[in-house]
Amino acid sequence: MNAKLFSITLALCFIFFQPIWAVEPDEILVNPNLEHRAREISKNIRCVVCQNEPIDSSNSGVARDLRILIRERLLNGDTDDQVYNFLVQRYGEFVLFKPRFKPSTYLLWFMPFLLFIFGLLIVVRVLKKSSGTSVPEGVYFTSEEILEIEKKINNGDRGN
Amino acid sequence: MKRVLFIFPLIVALGIGLFSVWGLSGDRNPSDIPSALIGKAIPNFKLETIMTEGISELSNNDLAKLEKITVVNFFASWCLPCKLEHSSLKKLNSSYDIQLVGISYKDKKSDTSNWLSELGNPYHVVGLDISGRTGIEWGISGVPETFLINKKGEIIYNFAGPLLGKNLAHFENILRLELNKKQ
Repeated sequence: MNAKLFSITLALCFIFFQPIWAVEPDEILVNPNLEHRAREISKNIRCVVCQNEPIDSSNSGVARDLRILIRERLLNGDTDDQVYNFLVQRYGEFVLFKPRFKPSTYLLWFMPFLLFIFGLLIVVRVLKKSSGTSVPEGVYFTSEEILEIEKKINNGDRGN
Repeated sequence: MKRVLFIFPLIVALGIGLFSVWGLSGDRNPSDIPSALIGKAIPNFKLETIMTEGISELSNNDLAKLEKITVVNFFASWCLPCKLEHSSLKKLNSSYDIQLVGISYKDKKSDTSNWLSELGNPYHVVGLDISGRTGIEWGISGVPETFLINKKGEIIYNFAGPLLGKNLAHFENILRLELNKKQ
């Protein structure tokens, strides 16, 4: 009996307590294609009020205004780039979660590759050095010494 | 060469350490974002005005025509810091030869006029941005937010937050510098 009650309660929980999304029903566009683009754009736009949250999940007033504005622009035939440009002109590059690829961000984008090459150079250098110095010149054993070593090994000496 | 390699990690660690000290100390606020509009012209907008005699509409062209240094202040009656800032704006208006423009952000017309009647109206022009779209054009993140515009119609300074204490002093310094410029 208790198990039944529990499962009913659990089921009711799922029916009545849907996850809360910041995007409100009145914002959603009828055209699923445009709505999808709007969602993708708003996931990459930083909310200027709560700065580590995208406007897609932010509940601030400005975020809602921007979500509606993005949808309006898409309905008017803007491309994704045009929407991004509109926002960047007003709020700066800061609002983009993914920085653009341009001269001022080259260092940012190329840094991982530069560091990789730097690391590779160090590895190559170290390997080269170690292979080159394992048998230094002029310290080879003389033939007499080799004979002596062989004798010791044959005698079962393990060196001490 | 070996010696240089040996102290290399130390130098890197020191660099990271110094960067952290810089990042954590002083008055640096990482959430302060410079306005994207600095050095640019006044953004396009057109608003209905209230409590302004002789002007029923306020647009970017009207602001560009002003022969004075202009201070544009976004405010709202629902915003408590704006109430704190109000006396600063009155002081700015009486102490300097400026044009003070107020833009009421996402507020009801009646609430704005009640608020200004009660606290006094320091603005020469008050525009109503009921939808908040003009606020987006100016790239504001909230209210209060204040812009300083030179005689050429370029935005030269922006401050997000109430103009009080040292922020007000800093704003006045920039304003005085601009007023003393001979053009």
